[in-house]
Amino acid sequence: MTESTAAALAGHTFATGLSRQHIDRLAAHATAIEIPAGQRIFAEGQLAARFWLVISGRVALDLQIPGRGRLIVETLGPGDELGLSWLGPIRQWQFGAVAQLPVTALEFQSAAVEALCDYDHELGYKLTRRLLATAVSRLQAARIRILDLYAVPVRSAGGP
Amino acid sequence: MTMSQVPVSYRVSERQDETHDTVTLTLEPAGAPLESSKPGQFMMLYAFGVGEVPVSVSGPPGAAGLTHTIRAVGAVSRALCSAAPGQAVGVRGPFGTSWHESDAFGQDLLVIGGGIGLAPLRPAVLAALREPGRYRHITVLIGARSPAELVFAAEYERWRDSGATVEVTVDRADAGWHGHVSVVTQLVGPSGLDPRRTLALICGPEVMMRLTAQTLLAAGMTASQIRVSLERNMQCGVGECGHCQFGPLLLCRDGPVVSYHAAAPLLSIREL
Ligand SMILES: Cc1cc2nc3c(=O)[nH]c(=O)nc-3n(C[C@H](O)[C@H](O)[C@H](O)COP(=O)(O)OP(=O)(O)OC[C@H]3O[C@@H](n4cnc5c(N)ncnc54)[C@H](O)[C@@H]3O)c2cc1C
Ligand code: FES
Repeated sequence: MTESTAAALAGHTFATGLSRQHIDRLAAHATAIEIPAGQRIFAEGQLAARFWLVISGRVALDLQIPGRGRLIVETLGPGDELGLSWLGPIRQWQFGAVAQLPVTALEFQSAAVEALCDYDHELGYKLTRRLLATAVSRLQAARIRILDLYAVPVRSAGGP
Repeated sequence: MTMSQVPVSYRVSERQDETHDTVTLTLEPAGAPLESSKPGQFMMLYAFGVGEVPVSVSGPPGAAGLTHTIRAVGAVSRALCSAAPGQAVGVRGPFGTSWHESDAFGQDLLVIGGGIGLAPLRPAVLAALREPGRYRHITVLIGARSPAELVFAAEYERWRDSGATVEVTVDRADAGWHGHVSVVTQLVGPSGLDPRRTLALICGPEVMMRLTAQTLLAAGMTASQIRVSLERNMQCGVGECGHCQFGPLLLCRDGPVVSYHAAAPLLSIREL
């Protein structure tokens, strides 16, 4: 860990409210990285063993759909956490990720963070809460987009 | 009958396709013009022989003609959208409350538009960009269903050049899209919002406005720092017929722009 890694982590929305000690413990497993625009970060189907806290830039989550090409499902930016599939039952990326703009981020090896959480349950609880909040807000955003709010409303035939 | 109940004849002088179902019309008065509108106000547009509907002014404040951006959703809006240059349109107005964007002088102005909801906000954006130095920041966040359904897309670069931060997101991207893909509320976090010194103007589908306002409240803004534009069926436009009643408000007179402080309790009531 470098001091600048700890400072970058402390300044990230994901770490808001974490104690100095927890930030230092987590930062010990973080690597500050830069990803040039256009570089693929991970591909659908690969082993999901890392996650990132995006500091700047933009990442596109994508999926290759036969006959339709590569479709962007969602974009993530500063303050976002990238990579949730390592938490799932099948540790495989469900979508791909590519840097749409140059990205700076903190990269974590999920196994190391899981081991840290097993060792420090309080930190584990706090990280779990944050990851859950991330998953909930992504789920809500996906539901809102499914609602297709900008479509022309169809007048209902009657009744509330 | 008062003057505001008699349509004045205007003619379509220009027509610009915005999307597959949305058109921007410029109207010039056939005789004496109506009083000029303030950002956020609307006109009653009469498609002769079809009917009359409320439509916000989407052009720059103080312009000689009238500009309206109309989405074809039913008989009247379809007739207006297909109006050709030279065609006559009856106009009454202006009606309703305005955004009062200048209340944000010295502060940040945050404009958030969803879909055709950007149309009533455009006059406020254009007014603010005439004097950008009077605001700390002007930020415009735009959400649309898809890249092809963005209105005024050709102008965003000009707004940036005039001093605004403009971020655009879509629900569904196509292969050529290289921008954000997200709900418009997800643009709020990275926008650098200073909740103590921001006035937010929001227009779009009601659910989008409610979710956006909730995001701003969660970020520390108060309901009285947030303004929304509400729509209900309208008829007289002057507070007499009651068609536009929304709880205690007559939206043609007390709206369409209202403080979220007044709107929030009403937006949570089903079928109001
Ligand atoms: C203050 C105010 C400002 C408005 N500004 C604009 C504007 O700038 N541009 C614009 O295109 N429209 C605007 N509208 C909406 C516009 O008035 C309606 O789309 C129009 O009245 C529909 O009439 P119609 O005869 O074409 O369709 P109708 O036959 O009355 O309706 C057709 C379909 O459209 C739906 N619909 C009707 N009204 C609305 C609405 N307000 N929002 C969403 N769906 C609706 C109906 O549920 C129905 O499914 C505004 C409305 C108000 C109250
Ligand atoms: S439209 Fe008649 S009271 Fe508002």
